[in-house]
Amino acid sequence: MKRYVIVGNGTAAVGCIEGIRAVDREGEITVVSGESRPVYSRPLISYYLEGRTDLVRMRYRGNSFYADNGCRVLYGRRAAAVDPSLRAVKLDDGTELIYDKLCIAAGSRSFVPPFEGLDSVKDRFTFMTLDDALALEQALGTGRDKRVLIVGAGLIGLKCAEGIIDRAKSVTVCDLADRVLSSILDGECAAIVQKHLEEHGITVMPGDTAVKFDARRAEMKSGRSVEFDVLVLAVGVRANTELIKAAGGNVNRGIIVNEKMETDLADVYAAGDCTEGFDASLGERRVLAILPNAYAQGQTAGTNMAGGDRTLDNAIPLNSIGFFGLHMMTAGSYTGEMTEERNGPALRRFFVEDGLLKGFILIGDTVRAGIYTSLIRDRIPLETLEFGPAAHEATSAIYSREARRKRFGGVV
Amino acid sequence: MKRVYVNEEWCLGCHLCEYNCAFANSGLEDMVLALKGRKLFPRIHVEGDDRITFAVSCRHCTDPLCVKSCIAGAISKQDGVVKIDRSKCVGCLTCVLVCPYGALAPGEDGIMQKCELCLENACGAPACVTGCPNRAIVYEERGGAE
Ligand SMILES: Cc1cc2nc3c(=O)[nH]c(=O)nc-3n(C[C@H](O)[C@H](O)[C@H](O)COP(=O)(O)OP(=O)(O)OC[C@H]3O[C@@H](n4cnc5c(N)ncnc54)[C@H](O)[C@@H]3O)c2cc1C
Ligand code: SF4
Ligand code: SF4
Repeated sequence: MKRYVIVGNGTAAVGCIEGIRAVDREGEITVVSGESRPVYSRPLISYYLEGRTDLVRMRYRGNSFYADNGCRVLYGRRAAAVDPSLRAVKLDDGTELIYDKLCIAAGSRSFVPPFEGLDSVKDRFTFMTLDDALALEQALGTGRDKRVLIVGAGLIGLKCAEGIIDRAKSVTVCDLADRVLSSILDGECAAIVQKHLEEHGITVMPGDTAVKFDARRAEMKSGRSVEFDVLVLAVGVRANTELIKAAGGNVNRGIIVNEKMETDLADVYAAGDCTEGFDASLGERRVLAILPNAYAQGQTAGTNMAGGDRTLDNAIPLNSIGFFGLHMMTAGSYTGEMTEERNGPALRRFFVEDGLLKGFILIGDTVRAGIYTSLIRDRIPLETLEFGPAAHEATSAIYSREARRKRFGGVV
Repeated sequence: MKRVYVNEEWCLGCHLCEYNCAFANSGLEDMVLALKGRKLFPRIHVEGDDRITFAVSCRHCTDPLCVKSCIAGAISKQDGVVKIDRSKCVGCLTCVLVCPYGALAPGEDGIMQKCELCLENACGAPACVTGCPNRAIVYEERGGAE
């Protein structure tokens, strides 16, 4: 009977468990869960604060998930070291787990730069885990009297802002970058989003960030100062690569994996936010810290660990986010020639290179966007399609009759 | 397993499937009450132009991307049928961004809904198929990997 060990208990771990069990019903699975709770939907922590889900509904899998899949879960335990020569994972309490196949699904953590005076701030939080969200909820209380400063206007910082706006007296978000969501939006798109956030009561300070804290005051790079009661640090995340690095494995910004999710250490796999996989739209390695990728990588790792055969070679960056009712979607890479279509407040930008769709940004009009995503992912030559420069509404009518017959007349 | 398949050559573009779907999932017994004067949110829709029309609903994919991508764990595959637990969905539209067929859309409440083959409503078999006047959509077993 094979012994599987999984370090981490997030989405990538679930993908890994389900991947293993699709092939091997018998093997022994041990999950080392740094967090003391069953897997939950991490992206839902802001929706929780907003009151759009609750602790029960935000569970990522049903109550009997671990039992149904024959998993032993070690809650609140952390893996401290991996010894590939002994096939052993050493835990923080000194116990050792022996594995035949190991998967590192350790995710990422908030990166907190060494701000001057940070220790003087009493109520300061990061926003990565449900524990973070519960602690923030506690600090905000029910008086709606706290001024909140969020450092970082990326996805996590802005989702946090949306989640707490009705629980706070005021919410201010600053970011060193000159625009919000700088990793996925260009200037013009970011301006649309910023305006929308401001219309919903959020104060946005792009191109400015805190440099020094003094209890309830932040001194900004611009020389201004911001008074606050609660501080949220959402500057960025770092992949948890240390276990593999210390064991002599290949890491860069994430743990390096191939299309089977193998690391360069024998019988050691990695999946999810802790890895650097291949971005098919860019043709380069990249950390793809998104949930769909965590699941797909985990499932790929698990299948292969159990002796099955699965490869993942078409991963691309994907984001679907809404703020106060305004939805936006981004996919792939923004290289090549850009074409644009506007329809009232809606904006759609497509990026085409070498006859292939490489990326897009959709704001407002997101209907059936997956049709576009699959053009990027499956590298479908645009010359075989009726995909005009002024790409109309997403429709499978762009495909030839024959291609459509396969898609809608066959098992896919 | 049985799925809904499209014969686009036979599609009249009459949109009856959309009405039948909306009615079947309304839980109401009177079609007029369920549909008249309301904006419909069917789980099947007709695409195309003046040359060609075809109905699109969930393909119940062998390896469904929506299931793997849902940020809430709200979509699952049970006995071949891809289902959504609407109580868990938060309306982020990630599933819309990944479904290659354009088969998902939010309902009136912004929460996602999709074709579940009418297996659990009063019809017991896809109402769109039963009501199609030209057999342009069929519900049957076709070969291929499961
Ligand atoms: C606020 C927020 C909003 C987000 N919104 C979206 C979104 O809308 N769409 C989207 O696609 N993605 C979103 N993401 C990103 C998404 O949550 C991640 O990509 C996904 O959760 C990654 O899953 P994972 O399993 O790789 O890692 P995680 O979910 O981070 O799980 C890793 C687990 O491993 C544990 N761990 C780490 N080291 C050890 C150790 N040594 N021993 C034991 N356990 C360990 C950690 O405690 C953690 O629980 C969001 C993230 C946040 C924080
Ligand atoms: S919603 Fe789309 S991706 Fe999901 S099973 Fe149906 S067709 Fe496949
Ligand atoms: S919209 Fe709902 S079903 Fe779709 S991915 Fe988001 S939470 Fe899941």
